[in-house]
Amino acid sequence: MSGWTRLDAFLRTDPRDVGCDETLRVLEIYAELTAADPAEARSRFPGVAAHVASCGPCAQDLAGLLELIRAEQDAADGADDGGLPAAPR
Amino acid sequence: MPRDRANPAAAPARGGARRAAAEEPQRVTATRGGALDEASTTWLRTLAADGAERDAACARLHDLLRRAAHREVARRAGQLRTTGTELDDLALQAADDAMVSVLGKLGEFRGESRFTTWAYKFVVLEVSSKVARHRWHHDAPTVAETDWSALPDRLGLGPEAYAVQRDLVRAVRRAVEAELTERQRGVFVAAVLDGVPLDVLAIELGSTRGALYKSLFDSRRKIRERLVADGYLDTLVRHR
Repeated sequence: MSGWTRLDAFLRTDPRDVGCDETLRVLEIYAELTAADPAEARSRFPGVAAHVASCGPCAQDLAGLLELIRAEQDAADGADDGGLPAAPR
Repeated sequence: MPRDRANPAAAPARGGARRAAAEEPQRVTATRGGALDEASTTWLRTLAADGAERDAACARLHDLLRRAAHREVARRAGQLRTTGTELDDLALQAADDAMVSVLGKLGEFRGESRFTTWAYKFVVLEVSSKVARHRWHHDAPTVAETDWSALPDRLGLGPEAYAVQRDLVRAVRRAVEAELTERQRGVFVAAVLDGVPLDVLAIELGSTRGALYKSLFDSRRKIRERLVADGYLDTLVRHR
């Protein structure tokens, strides 16, 4: 990728991007959907998907929440207690 | 602490490009069948109870949040210049603050996710906020002369020919100076050229992550429009 192409990618903004506040408002819902079906999450929340694709801090928060969700699921599966109790099934 | 970080569930739609009405969480409720799972129901019932039942539920909740906070702090430990006791303290403070938020906002939980996922969000946001404050305290941004030569590295550009990099930097600099407000220039330089993390910059400027992201969003758009007008970039619209 040339320098101009990379610069262009950095500067491009997605008009669907809903921003940090709206993303954080629905983060737990988006995270559960993502854990279950990432494509479905992107389809139902395109603005949130666009946002976390370009906002590092919100992407970090999503990653943290996803890890906690998966730890609960692993505990339920008996694979790893993750330091957390098993998620209800 | 940025306002929306301390109050995540009640954060108003403020920053960002626009609010997508189609993304109201009611759609997700429908996906979940609108029914609260049994564990979440139990959490709500016991936390709303009186006496020993509530005390036991609070103790279980705090234990859960504490373990979640330790896990999240460990995940972010690479961002911090500390280990051991200080990390434990940070995790405990995050769990304590998340506990206050969860109990204070129980009435706002609408069952659109599992209760624990909703509670974990407060933990994640508290850890995120405290990590940013820790980084700001130990490595606050300093005012320095703007170093435009850092731009290629900041954008992750490869080993371009010197002439290409020079033209690119000049073009961006001209756009920044011509198109951005003073405030937008300050945020762009700090976040992009100096590489200051957005949450750390928010503390430094007494702003919020959302407000600074919006500023950068607008700046990127304005810079790009200028570069298109100047013939450096094409106008083709693509969605990632």
